[in-house]
Amino acid sequence: MPRKQHITNWGKYPVVESLVTELEHANDITSFITQQTQLIPRGNGRCYGDASLGEHVFSTLQHNKILQFDAAHGILQCQAGTLLSEILEVVVAKGFFLSVTPGTKFITVGGAIAADIHGKNHHKNGNFSEFVLAFDLLMADGTVRTCSKTENEELFWLTCGGMGLTGIVLNATLQLQPIETAYIQQSSIKTRNLEELIELFETSDQWNNSVAWIDCLSKGNEKGRAIFTGGNFATREALGNEKGDPLSIRNKSNKNVPGLFPGFLLNTLSVKAFNLLYYNKQQKHISESFVDYNAFFYPLDAIHNWNNIYGKAGFTQYQFVLPRAESKAGLEKIIDKIADSGKGSFLTVLKLLGKSNPNAVMSFPMEGYTLALDFKIQKGVFELLNDLDRVVLEHGGRLYLAKDARMQPHMMDAYPKLQYFKERIKALNGSTFQSVQSNRLKLT
Amino acid sequence: MELLVLGANSDMAKAIAYAFAKQGFNLSLAARNTELLQPLKSDLEIKHEVNVALHHFDALDYDSHASFYANVTTPDVVVCAFGYLGEQAIALNNFEEASLIMDTNYKGAVSILNVVANDFESRKQGTIIGISSVAGERGRQSNYIYGSAKAAFSTYLDGMRNRLFSAGAHVVTVKPGFVRTKMLGDMDTPAPLTASPQQVANAIYKAYRSKKNTLYVNSKWRLIMWIIRNIPEFMFKKKNL
Repeated sequence: MPRKQHITNWGKYPVVESLVTELEHANDITSFITQQTQLIPRGNGRCYGDASLGEHVFSTLQHNKILQFDAAHGILQCQAGTLLSEILEVVVAKGFFLSVTPGTKFITVGGAIAADIHGKNHHKNGNFSEFVLAFDLLMADGTVRTCSKTENEELFWLTCGGMGLTGIVLNATLQLQPIETAYIQQSSIKTRNLEELIELFETSDQWNNSVAWIDCLSKGNEKGRAIFTGGNFATREALGNEKGDPLSIRNKSNKNVPGLFPGFLLNTLSVKAFNLLYYNKQQKHISESFVDYNAFFYPLDAIHNWNNIYGKAGFTQYQFVLPRAESKAGLEKIIDKIADSGKGSFLTVLKLLGKSNPNAVMSFPMEGYTLALDFKIQKGVFELLNDLDRVVLEHGGRLYLAKDARMQPHMMDAYPKLQYFKERIKALNGSTFQSVQSNRLKLT
Repeated sequence: MELLVLGANSDMAKAIAYAFAKQGFNLSLAARNTELLQPLKSDLEIKHEVNVALHHFDALDYDSHASFYANVTTPDVVVCAFGYLGEQAIALNNFEEASLIMDTNYKGAVSILNVVANDFESRKQGTIIGISSVAGERGRQSNYIYGSAKAAFSTYLDGMRNRLFSAGAHVVTVKPGFVRTKMLGDMDTPAPLTASPQQVANAIYKAYRSKKNTLYVNSKWRLIMWIIRNIPEFMFKKKNL
């Protein structure tokens, strides 16, 4: 039963009035789709901007059953609305983990495919699509096509990173990675500036997972000071008996941000104080520890609705990647601009991505540094971001569609297969699949 | 422990299946269309490592009920979750619709639960959980066909509870109030009084454990229904309810 409602994604910007249809059974979804003239599929609404918003939305959240789990080979088949968190609850105890995971486990498998998400291990494992063995894709005409790297492979690569514009993923088969324990052996290293940090990333191959939290408000000598975190899944031997059952973690209670956290609390001063506190929390230059997978991969999931922290106006996350050779120069310029603007970003995350997959069509990652920053929606922010866009383009970089709510169409020229993508999605489904974002960016 | 769910395709029934599977119950899920239940079966089996069997069951096919029950794994708990809200406006002019509402919510339930009650009585154990409705507590012009069928069902459950008590078997009557389910469709209901199927299911599991007689999922409903039952008829009949 479709419901007219106001919906918004994780950044709470923009808010769109939408007719939302939620269906549980594949055959109902199939008969529904053939009656639609325009539609965008949507998972758990954890992309930040308007990628899964539209006048007509199909929500996959009820199409969320796990269909098969082969615990001998770590292969799992599930419907597209299944959350990564639900998969982890099943597979971790059996000694498996997602081969690629983003910084939240509250996204759906369909969403992970649509954005071809990446994680802290991108330099080792690449994009989510590397571990998608197959999926069934429902097209606008009601046909279902099984796609894999050997069957309908063009459609497979158009769909991974295709932001839901090629059809509705009904179910997917994923290859998981084996783990000995549910804990990460982690090293946190404080760096004094951007130079030190980049040097560390360049020599960080011993860690399968790496990321840095970086302070974008400090200037001068301390510009780009950061805390780098590298980690590998702990072996049973390394972990010892300290944590009891090595594949089980004790559940901590989750915290909540009050629903009406006043946005004005998040001014430059408070962000600076927070950044200082975070940076100084770590006293030693290097600290080593075992942390459970939630603390390592999903620290923000512990605060269930941290997006409330930016107040009612919401926020936008700005994530770009610059080619490796251009990264340092570009990052310096961008960090300078942010520091000068005083529009501090609460959470700023830097990561060195590995090589891009030549088969990928619209996937975001390319080899180089990616920086993600949050900006509260306020006066002057969009002007600042337009300014940053220019630097990103100048240095051959691009922006991540899963975060975006505001870029202009010309920014899409940074995706080399854009024209091909636009032509193919039109040929495949006409104009059935379209979102606020795809219309804004003239993809549809 | 074994749970039998009658009418397993409803949102509430599914939530109940998860709540009991989480506690280690093996499940027999019965519905008209078992094909639709395949993904649910695999999901329950993989997430909770329990056995799930699917059985064809049609509440209106009374003659089949005894053989249906003989074929399912002997249950410790039976949830009667099927129901049909129907369309009151149609039912007022079309007796077929009215019959369907009465037959599904009352006759179908009596037919299968008679079989279950006889089994539980002879085995001197078991719990029957009937999903009735607050709509059965007082007839209102907007849905008294459905309401009267549920009233009959509630009365039936009361009597069965009384009968089975001496045998050591128990009957729980559930009056959920508004639940965010397919049955409710796009009807707008007051949020503080609207429960999720998961909330209802968890409350039902608790009620089963504590041998509650009548469960109002949200305790506000107990008060609301007390008031509604006690409004004098000369006033109540003038209300547009």
